[in-house]
Amino acid sequence: MPNAIPEDSVGLVEPQIARFDTPLELTCGRTLDSYQLTYETYGRLNADRSNAVLICHALSGNHHAAGYHSMDDRKPGWWDAYIGPGKSIDTNRFFVVCLNNLGGCNGSTGPTSVDPATGDTYGPDFPVMTVPDWVNSQARLADYLNISTWAAVVGGSLGGMQALQWSISYPERMRNTVVIAAAPRLSAQNIAFNEVARQAIMSDPEFHDGRYAEHGTIPRHGLRLARMVGHITYLSEHSMGDKFGRDLRSDKINFGYDVEFQVESYLRYQGDTFSESFDANTYLLMTKALDYFDPAAAHNGDLSKALAVAKSNFLLVSFSTDWRFAPSRSEEIVDALTEAGRNVSYACIESPHGHDAFLIPNPRYEAVFSAFMNRVAAEAETRRDPQEASSCI
Amino acid sequence: MHLTRPDLAIIQNWIPPKSRVLDLGCGSGELLDFLQQKKQVHGYGLEIDPEKITECIAKGVCVVEQNLDDGLSNFKDQSYDTVVMTQALQAMKRPDLMLEEMLRVGKECIVTFPNFAYWRCRFYLAVKGEMPVSKSLPHTWYNTPNIHLSTFRDFEQLCKSRNLRIIDRAVGNSEHESHWATKLWPNLFGEVAIYRVTR
Repeated sequence: MPNAIPEDSVGLVEPQIARFDTPLELTCGRTLDSYQLTYETYGRLNADRSNAVLICHALSGNHHAAGYHSMDDRKPGWWDAYIGPGKSIDTNRFFVVCLNNLGGCNGSTGPTSVDPATGDTYGPDFPVMTVPDWVNSQARLADYLNISTWAAVVGGSLGGMQALQWSISYPERMRNTVVIAAAPRLSAQNIAFNEVARQAIMSDPEFHDGRYAEHGTIPRHGLRLARMVGHITYLSEHSMGDKFGRDLRSDKINFGYDVEFQVESYLRYQGDTFSESFDANTYLLMTKALDYFDPAAAHNGDLSKALAVAKSNFLLVSFSTDWRFAPSRSEEIVDALTEAGRNVSYACIESPHGHDAFLIPNPRYEAVFSAFMNRVAAEAETRRDPQEASSCI
Repeated sequence: MHLTRPDLAIIQNWIPPKSRVLDLGCGSGELLDFLQQKKQVHGYGLEIDPEKITECIAKGVCVVEQNLDDGLSNFKDQSYDTVVMTQALQAMKRPDLMLEEMLRVGKECIVTFPNFAYWRCRFYLAVKGEMPVSKSLPHTWYNTPNIHLSTFRDFEQLCKSRNLRIIDRAVGNSEHESHWATKLWPNLFGEVAIYRVTR
């Protein structure tokens, strides 16, 4: 709980809801006739509407990226370390928008919502989403907010994939792209980990083919296992060793199968909290969106051809101990961008924190991120985009 | 804007407007910044120093974090007009292989390096009996990144043995001195060697 809101926080924030009635065609061939997106905004949109930044969230993220919902909140939003007054994404200069993606379970239409066609919750019948679908829905949100061009689209991990997709799907509607700790497509190993997580959920007797809501239950154990295996891939061997080592909960080994090592206790705790707060069908859907992401596929695997349509400036960031999306995965994107002749800068940040490093304060990461965003802000403040001026009357 | 380093001021003349440039070990991006603004050059810098990378980004110079000793295999053959490496060849594990790589990726390359046969270096060694320390060689022998020091003559012998053609040669001196002697005897009076090479 913040006794007082820290000075570099965006403070108390309130989620908002945007409703859409124009059907959204999806990659899977189905259509969402109506849906809603829950989002938050921080900072003020300038008169030219040129300082808007879109934040895309990762696998289990949501619209609450910064600030607090109430004075009782134990923690701020998930990217509070980098969004706020004077921070890398400086809310004194930017108007920041972050939404809960379609298919999510934090207020946007998803498996836990009611299907207007049947009157029942969607559950497993909610269409499988892809990254391009999300980007299309985010473009609708931009229309709704009267933002014709984003100063930047920014994301980490799965969020970074959305930012990259934005640069391909809507090159005219963004000036800068920030892709952090991401990959141009999942490796077999990445998909394998996702499959273990999905199997954990789907083999839970309480899963009921995804219709657990109708049975008044949730696949708690499956979700817990899925989160545990996922969480291992977010940390590095070093950071786990550093945090827990081989520390025991009590002072001796008990030769049993109860929690003995601290790391077991930590994973169980992570799994427990997650299984109570996250929807299993959403988790399945998000991991599928990850697996399917492959913008180069339409160009015979040539990523530089896929990115040839991009117009924005790019910043790519990776972290030295990230093995989920290792630096070499970001470098694939960098190489494709240099080959395509796009403006790109890339930094590999030394960090012990594995994939999670993109959420954690780090002086060099902040310096690189701020240097890039300062230029984005300066550009937004000096420019008057003729396209914007005419289209947002 | 003007370039503060004399070697950069000379080599910018060798880079045609609107060309594609790769600057290996670009430092804080001074050369690329200049070329972008004055010659509409499109370029990338490769660098490993974290602070310099941030300085490049702050300037709006495209910089990619990459260790040059790992090679340039991520860049395609003949994909750049000019590949530049200023004051870094002598710090490479294999300067000869680096030079070959530069000419694989670029149509031409420009290199600058401290001339170890400069009279001050010779004086240091001959009279003091110590490894030279100067403005262009500021490190002591045990912590210097410069592991392959060479001279004008050494470099020209390398080019000859690899069948590389030297298009231009210039002499850079930290004092901006353009003495007739440096032109006549660069190996003795030139502090910094500057070469433009192609295959």
